Amino acid sequence: MHLRLDAPARSTEVRRFGQATRWVHRTTAGLMGVCVVTAAFLYIPQFAELVGRRELVVRIHEWAGLALPVPVLAGLASRLFRADLGFLNRFGPHDRVWLRAAVRRDKRRSSRPAGKFNAGQKIYAAWIAGATLVMLGTGLIMWFTHLTPLQWRTSATFVHDWLALTIGIVLAGHIGMALGDPEARRGMRTGTVSQDWAEREHKLWRP
Amino acid sequence: MFDEWVNDEQPEEPRGKPIGRRVLLGTLGLGALGVVTAPTLQRGLESFLAGASDKDPTGLTGLLPNGGGFRYYSVTSSVPRKNATTYRLTVDGMVDRPGSYTLADLRALPQTRMVRDVQCVTGWRVPGTPFEGVRLSRLLDAAGVREGAGAVRFTCFDGAYSESLTLDQARRSDVLVALRMQDKDLGHAHGGPVRLYVAPMYFYKSAKWLSGITVTKDVKPGYWEERGYDVDAWVGRSNGRDDAPTT
Repeated sequence: MHLRLDAPARSTEVRRFGQATRWVHRTTAGLMGVCVVTAAFLYIPQFAELVGRRELVVRIHEWAGLALPVPVLAGLASRLFRADLGFLNRFGPHDRVWLRAAVRRDKRRSSRPAGKFNAGQKIYAAWIAGATLVMLGTGLIMWFTHLTPLQWRTSATFVHDWLALTIGIVLAGHIGMALGDPEARRGMRTGTVSQDWAEREHKLWRP
Repeated sequence: MFDEWVNDEQPEEPRGKPIGRRVLLGTLGLGALGVVTAPTLQRGLESFLAGASDKDPTGLTGLLPNGGGFRYYSVTSSVPRKNATTYRLTVDGMVDRPGSYTLADLRALPQTRMVRDVQCVTGWRVPGTPFEGVRLSRLLDAAGVREGAGAVRFTCFDGAYSESLTLDQARRSDVLVALRMQDKDLGHAHGGPVRLYVAPMYFYKSAKWLSGITVTKDVKPGYWEERGYDVDAWVGRSNGRDDAPTT
């Protein structure tokens, strides 16, 4: 890490996320937030009564949903972001240990070995990416009603509704865990984390 | 383009298996499977949730997809409230005797009660919902529809919504100017104090917050119809849907 020496960085800080990854996370989170809030306005009667303007809310929901994959696709231009995706994709033997401990609710650090991302984060990332694409596909079927036969539309609505509920719950878990770990949030916000935190939470990660 | 520092180290973790990709593709596959099996799943869930919502004092099951109950749709940001003193229903256009009704006037007319399913074009259906009110045909007869008239246009005090029926459709005995729903006076959220109720058609035809009935020569498409919905909105025979008819 020759370049790090030039910077006035404190020795206890380590670089966790590059600008691209943070930018992708922030814009994706923003768009997902718009989707969730507009969905609530469309779906939950009390919120719908509060807001009304159904046509406008539908338009915002549709365009935010359509834009949701764009930050990740744009981020692919960055080598560091691609490297992060690689870390998320690849599961080593330690991830199996981590998952087994999670199932047994074993919270000891020694039984939760993790690289740059722990196995839970990897599963979450892969699942939310797949779920987003399913929402996009079913959403497009609902949006462009003339493209598919009616039965497809009804089925797409069914999947869209139930998956929306599931995503809402999983997303709440994701945000809840982030709220419980300020240092992890700092990593995503500023790009750096303390050496102590990195060694404690991501022992196998070599920044 | 976003790279801000050079990381010349090798990845710390052994390359491992691409399980993330498999989870992603598996999720996609499950989604597709969900679409294919939706009709079966939906039938099962609907009957289960309908049973559960009967025994659910919290009403939370109503928020679940297909959990039953009505959804609130308004096209404007806020809708003024009208009560017995401020509400008026005007009847005008191609009629001999234009006029207006207060809520008390409407209540004094003979009331018709009907129990039918409500079917929304977005898919939800509320079975066996009682509506009660004055037959639209009665108000049209009282006003005296003139020769050459062919349609009826409805306007609403939300300031934006509108609907239309042909004169023949409007004269059907299952089209009401409804004052009560589910054996209660119509509340604001359900379009009260007075809404249209067009039993055989998708529920967007049943305009909420009804304030004006205008007899016209031709059908003028309403709010959603200008946005792509069918004007002749028979349940099961329009909007590309095949729901069971409600009448």
